[in-house]
This record gives sequence, C-alpha cells and structure tokens, in this order.
Amino acid sequence: MTAPAKPLATAKPGLRARLDLPQRVTQLAAAMVIALVALILTFITWRGVQLFLQTATPVWQIFTVLWQPDPTSSRPVNFGLLPFIVGTLEIFIGAAIISAPLSVGLALFMAEVAPNWARRITQPSMEMFVGIPSVVYGFLGLTVLVPFLKDVLGFQFGQSMFAGQLVVAIMILPTITSLAYDAFKTVPAEMRSASLALGTTRWQAIRHVVLPAAASGVVTAIVMGMMRAAGEALAVALVVGGRAFITFDPRQPITTLTLGITADMGNTTPSEPWNMALWTMAAVLLLMSLGFVTIVRRLSGGRQVL
Amino acid sequence: MITLPAKRLSALAIAATFVFAACGSSSASPSAAASTGASAAAASGAPAASGGAPAACVDGSITASGSTALQPLIDAAGKAYVAACPKSTISVQGGGSGTGLTQVSQGAVQLGNSDVTADSKLPADQASALVDHIVARQGWVMVVNSGVTGVTTLTTQQAQDIWSCPAGQTAPKITNWKQVGGPDLPIVLVLRPASSGTRATFKKLVLNGVDECAGQALTEDSNGAVTTAIGQTAGATSVIGFAYYAANSTKVTALGLDGVQGSVDNMANGTYKLQANGHVYSKGQPDGLAKSFLDYLMSTYVQKTLIPANNYGPAPAQ
Repeated sequence: MTAPAKPLATAKPGLRARLDLPQRVTQLAAAMVIALVALILTFITWRGVQLFLQTATPVWQIFTVLWQPDPTSSRPVNFGLLPFIVGTLEIFIGAAIISAPLSVGLALFMAEVAPNWARRITQPSMEMFVGIPSVVYGFLGLTVLVPFLKDVLGFQFGQSMFAGQLVVAIMILPTITSLAYDAFKTVPAEMRSASLALGTTRWQAIRHVVLPAAASGVVTAIVMGMMRAAGEALAVALVVGGRAFITFDPRQPITTLTLGITADMGNTTPSEPWNMALWTMAAVLLLMSLGFVTIVRRLSGGRQVL
Repeated sequence: MITLPAKRLSALAIAATFVFAACGSSSASPSAAASTGASAAAASGAPAASGGAPAACVDGSITASGSTALQPLIDAAGKAYVAACPKSTISVQGGGSGTGLTQVSQGAVQLGNSDVTADSKLPADQASALVDHIVARQGWVMVVNSGVTGVTTLTTQQAQDIWSCPAGQTAPKITNWKQVGGPDLPIVLVLRPASSGTRATFKKLVLNGVDECAGQALTEDSNGAVTTAIGQTAGATSVIGFAYYAANSTKVTALGLDGVQGSVDNMANGTYKLQANGHVYSKGQPDGLAKSFLDYLMSTYVQKTLIPANNYGPAPAQ
C-alpha cells in the first residue's frame, strides 16, 4: 500500500458511507429516469392499440383521410389520422425551413463574427427567448399575426398552416441557435488560424473550414428544433385553424396531432372509441418523435469522427 | 462552454416546462371567465352572506370538475357557499364534460358537471352508478362578426342551410350573408371540437342531428378562442354560451332564433329553444358537504338570484 491510501483505511466507517451517498443518489436518479421512460412508452403504446383491440377498427384505417369520430354523426364513423399526421409534418418541416437559415446564421454571428460586447447581449437574449411560455407565442400569433395575414396578405382566414409554421419557427429559433452555437464552438481554433494563415478571408474560413467541420452538429441542432416543433401544442392550436382536411396550400387552415388530442380529450371518456383514437394519435406522435431521436443519435455519432 | 449533452438536457427541461404551461393555461382560462360570472353575481346586489347562506353548513372539502359551460355557475355558487361556511372548501375545475363524468365515476372528484347525460358518454354499468342532479338550464346563442349588419334573427331552416351538410353535400346551401338579408359577405363557420357539449347541443336542437360542414369551417378549442375568431374574421359566425356572450357583447353580435332573442327570460318561458339541462353527477347518493352543496344549488337564493345573474335559467321543476 502507498502512503496516500492510508488516511482512507484508517478513517471511520461513517465516512465511507457518506462518500457512497452521492453515488447511490445518482444511480437512483438514473434508474428512475429509465423506469419512467419505459413506463410512459409502455403506457402510451398500450392505450394506443386499444382502438384496434376493443373495436373493429382495422389498423389501415388510421392512414385514411376522413376524421369522423362522432358516433352521433349522420356520417359513418371513420378514424382517419392522415390529416393530423400530414399537418404535423407540414408544421415542423415548414418551421425548420424558415428557422434554420436564421438561427444558423445567428449562431455563426455569435460564434465567429460578434465582438465580445455583442455576444454579451445576444447570448442572454437568446436565453430569455427560451423562457417565453408557448401560450404567449400563441396569443401574439392570434392577435397580431393572424389579422396581419388576413388583412395585409389577403389570406381567407388568417388562421393557416403558414401562421403555425411562422409561430413555431420563432419558438424553435433559440433551440437551434444555442445548439448550433455549441457546434461551432467545438471547432478547434487551430483550424481557423491555419485557414487564415493560408491567406483566406474570414468568410472563406467560415465557409470552407468551420461550416463543414461543424456540419453534423448543425444538422443535429436543426433536428432537435424540429422535434420541439412536432410536440408543440398550445401555440399551434391557436393559429392553425383546426381543420382536419389535408391541404398543401399554406394559406389554408390545417390541424396537427397535438391539436387533435387536446381538442377532444376533455369531452370524451376512456370507454369511447373516440377517446381510444386520441391515444392512438399520441402513440403515432411518440413514434414520430422516436424516429427523430434515432436520426439525432445517428448524426451525433457521426460527428464524433471529426 | 456548455457541452452538447447538457444543452440537450436543458432542452428537455424546457420542453417539460412547456407541457406544464400548457396544462396550467387550459384550466386557467375558464376560471377567468368564472370570476367574471362571480363578480356579476356580486354586482346584482345580493350579498352571499345574508340571503345566500345555505340552510346548514357542513365542514369538509369537495371537488367538482367537468363542463366549462357550467363552470361559471358552479364556481359562483361554490364561492357563495364557502363565504357563508368558511370551514368548507369547494374546488371547481373545468376539463370538459367527459373529464367530469370520468372523474366522478372513478371517485377522483365528488361532483362531475356535464352538458350531456352520463349514459351517452359512459358504459351502462358506470352510468347507472351515477346520480343525476339537474341544477340549471343553460342557453346558447348564435353570434356573428359585428360587420354582418341587417341580420338580427335566423329561422331554424336558415340556420340549417348555413351550418349543415346533409349526406352527399360538401358545402352548405347558404354561403353568403346576402342570402339571408345581410351584406354581400361570405359566411365563415367557426366550430367547437366535435366532442364539445355546445356543438352537440346545437346539432341536436337546431340542425336535427345533421353534421356541420367541417370542411369549410375553422375549429377553435374554447369559448374564448371562438369569440376572438368571430371578432376578427369578417362574416364569421358561431354558437357560444350565454355567459360567454354576456362577457363579450361589445365584440360580437347575437342573432335570434326563429325571431326569439336568446335571453334568460325567453329560456324560462320556453320560447327560446337552444337550451339544455345542466347536470351535476354524484357517485351514488351524495352525503356530507356534497349533499349540502347540491341542496344549496337548488335553494331559492341560487335558483332565483345567482342563476339569472350568471345568465343561466332555473332548473325545471322535478
């Protein structure tokens, strides 16, 4: 035994117990998180398949276009979820297309261009941005953006796919910006210095060295932003108009999975097929999110090669 | 600098915050309207402590949840009861009729408020375990954007032609206000979600059970969002509860039905037909504070003073 080990060996047993405590706590926390995730996945999947187990609804029916869940309706009941799935995809892909260039540009500015004083302003304002509750975005969207789209741009209602995309684009801006900023910061300063030493301009160094080196980190940032967009319910609910029909015209109202769930959750009971279909929507949304997590993991794995 | 995994965790934490924000606000908006109703009751000049005291105070704590259409009334009555009996606690939540029925059936709350009967929402064995207390009549009114001038009332037939889509039809018969004496302006329908009690009642009483033309309409989650959409959208029309109209009468215009204006008086004398029972369910016969509060809801003070002040009608004689 070497000398430094001695004090530990002669220490009171109580010390060892105390040293162990943090480890136990962290292990417990980790186990709880894993158990919680497993529980949520199992629960939502279980509730999500009840529509097929307890009613005569075939699985393919959720990929049809007619959403007619009301048993008192004068039309046949049909649980087509396609308008919700397509609407969700339209919102978060559209939001990413609007938000990605802005937020990656902003991250580049903060990481590469901004003098210190500008960074001291932009970074806290980004963090404040994250703290704004989604209902505030939705409310602003409904009272400012929707009338603007209708009166100035001549949309039929104002409530539209584009309104949802724009609101969500603003909401995910800080998420993409801060993750992309971190990606740029991981590019070693030596690479920039080497590029500049070879006589490139700052833009050439960014364009040919920093951007390619941080590329997969930037893509991860964008996908993380899109994930947040897919799950966003409240702000979107206020501005997209809630029309369960598929359209590819950004000026028309659409609906999303989250909106479909929140609209009918309170007024249906668990024994109704209608309510079961809402759980199926939740399971579909979860599957979509899991797909994105897989993509993010692939991309992050790729980045470690750098 | 912060590493990527830490950022990812913080992003998750943010996402969680948003989930809670979403839950909080959905229950908060109806209670804001509820407090309006309560102040209207106070303004009517009947102090809760004197005329409004229940026959006998019962101590304890109960929760009522469910219908957002009934919530302003139950909330106002709960506040009046607690004002006279400070040792009891009555908590009133929204959530929707389905939530109220589910929770009272599970025993999670003592009282479940609903716009519709329990047997239409619950399996027979669960519904038969619940006891129905009809505490009030609730009325709904058709409203339009204030730009729609010259139309003050619609016949039932006109309302059907504006709203409903019989089988094989994809658009309503009447799509422009000029067809019913208004300006040359396309009609924009604003619907509540199909499961909402407001929409179900309108469909049953006015549209004869025929579905609305959802393909031409906007859908808004709550009375508040509907009112905002009507106020902003030229030619828009929808159906909202009396209490919500009373709070927004400067922003939207009410339409009569078959020449009868929607009012508490016309609801009581039976000439206004867009009205339905407001149900409060208990699991089995109520006891303790729940029974005392239900008796209080049927008391002269609540039925004759609080109910009209909050734009509801008294419960039918039983």
